[in-house]
Amino acid sequence: MNARDLATGFAPILLVVALLALVPLFVSSNTVLNFLVFTLIIALAAQGWNLLAGYGGQFSFGHAAFFGTGAYAAAILQVNLGLNAYVAFLVGIGLGALVGFVIGYLSFRSGLRGSYFALVTLAFAEVLRILANSAGFTGGAAGILIPLEVSAWNFQFESRAAYYWVALALVGAVLVLVRAIERARFGAQLVAVRENEAAARALGVDALAVKLKAIAISGAITAAAGGLYAQYFLYLDALIAYGPWISIEALLAPIVGGLGTVFGPLVGALALHGLSEGSKMFTGEIPGIDLVVFGVVLILVVAFTPDGIMGVLGRLRRRLAGSTAKSTANAAPLPAREEPAA
Amino acid sequence: MSLQTSHPTGLPTSLLRVEHVTKRFGGLVAVDDASLAVAPGSITGLIGPNGAGKTTLFTVISGFEPATTGRIVYDDRDVTALPAHERARIGIARTFQIVQPFATLSVVENIAVGAFLRHAARADALALARRVADQVGLGGMLDQPARALTVAGRKRLELARALATGPRLLLLDEVLAGLNPSEIRDMIPVIRAIRERGVTILIVEHVMQAVMSLCDDIYVLAQGRMIAQGPPARIARDPHVVEAYLGHGAAQRLQGKSTPVTPADETEDGHAQRA
Repeated sequence: MNARDLATGFAPILLVVALLALVPLFVSSNTVLNFLVFTLIIALAAQGWNLLAGYGGQFSFGHAAFFGTGAYAAAILQVNLGLNAYVAFLVGIGLGALVGFVIGYLSFRSGLRGSYFALVTLAFAEVLRILANSAGFTGGAAGILIPLEVSAWNFQFESRAAYYWVALALVGAVLVLVRAIERARFGAQLVAVRENEAAARALGVDALAVKLKAIAISGAITAAAGGLYAQYFLYLDALIAYGPWISIEALLAPIVGGLGTVFGPLVGALALHGLSEGSKMFTGEIPGIDLVVFGVVLILVVAFTPDGIMGVLGRLRRRLAGSTAKSTANAAPLPAREEPAA
Repeated sequence: MSLQTSHPTGLPTSLLRVEHVTKRFGGLVAVDDASLAVAPGSITGLIGPNGAGKTTLFTVISGFEPATTGRIVYDDRDVTALPAHERARIGIARTFQIVQPFATLSVVENIAVGAFLRHAARADALALARRVADQVGLGGMLDQPARALTVAGRKRLELARALATGPRLLLLDEVLAGLNPSEIRDMIPVIRAIRERGVTILIVEHVMQAVMSLCDDIYVLAQGRMIAQGPPARIARDPHVVEAYLGHGAAQRLQGKSTPVTPADETEDGHAQRA
């Protein structure tokens, strides 16, 4: 990778992360920081989904399976086994990868794709939710509480700003990871499998291995989001950890932001949650107004700009730069037909 | 059809051998006990009327469908059980009759997927992709999305991606189909140049002038069976081949009408192409 590649590929990530890192210096409102931490957690979960679905074309409706595994691992390993919070967090990421591998092995081996794969992932997440709701060691329906012992050693911080920086660091690391994958052989093969699996196989791509690797990494990333959620809110139950809400959040953000682009999930999460918070502020407390906003935004994006906000930005930039601009944008968007129905 | 394993010198007599391959789809026998051998460095043709089983045999050779019975031997190694991507790794590349571009990727990115097979670094893969694009005449469209290419452009892209994998054996499935006569004339030297760089080629083709001018050796498949093999001139005169294309008794009628045998080649070619 030469200097120019580094500049075009990784400099924007550094710039965005550096700018976001400055936010707590100017904003001290806990409400705003709370909103931002939550949005970053969503962005992290969504980046995991984006790797598998945006780059790999394997649409999952059940990323809650990974989020919940990361979250429960962080909580249970601390509360029941007394492990250090960071160790629990890392084990959770590993378990997320393992759950991804298992779900991938079972479904990709049997050739499931498209809506069948989506339904199977949904089923896995729901099964895990029901199990977590009835098992003893998860706290069952009462949920599980991580005791409040504020200290950096416990992965618990006094200030929201510290959580914000931790979340931002994780998001930044994953942005770099996804950018690196995008530029590596694995990324090229993953996109090839998305575009045309038979053609990819003819070119020596082991489609099964590529998809398994993608779902394992995807699971790990989304599990990290779950672990962070547990550390931040210190309480979990089955509906939070394995509930469909996070599966939907994880797919909405990249679709709105731009499927198969590095910044899509972050941009989408910020836009969606920014809009829904904003609408709550302006309309007072009309119940469910944020969900209405989600729905409207999704319809608008799917109807008018299937390649999301990043696609719009890319077109704007090209228009501004004139017609000479080269197509060095991120990975190309998916054709419109591959969007999952909302 | 020599099925012996190797020359006394130790060189394999054929890079690829298909040995008594049968492929059944339920009750339908698509390929019936077909054998063929492709000599290293040759361009070998596989022709036959529509529905003869050519593409099916290709999918079996390239590993996309398992053979019901029989063996595929590549470079003296039995590859019958090897999945498609493994065959690409040992040097068997294929194109698709119905082009399968990675539609939203650019031309150079499409070719780079093939180039990544033997080059782990992005810069190397992209450099190779650009070289291959030049070879097949796509050098001027590197950054265009694949879906913006014409049919002729997509056929070239198929060829380029396969070449970028660094094959020793290239399986071309109707790369000339759907091209107009001038595009065909442009494509033939490209295929010749590939062979001159040492790549062995097995080609399925309907365009008869191309087959006759390109191939060293031709196999004819009809209703799943291999009915003839030989150099182009002999195949064109083979009564079994003429009958397979034009129907029972056609060979005799043609023989009767055109008294001197040699000019009949022309007519047969013309008919065969329309068949």
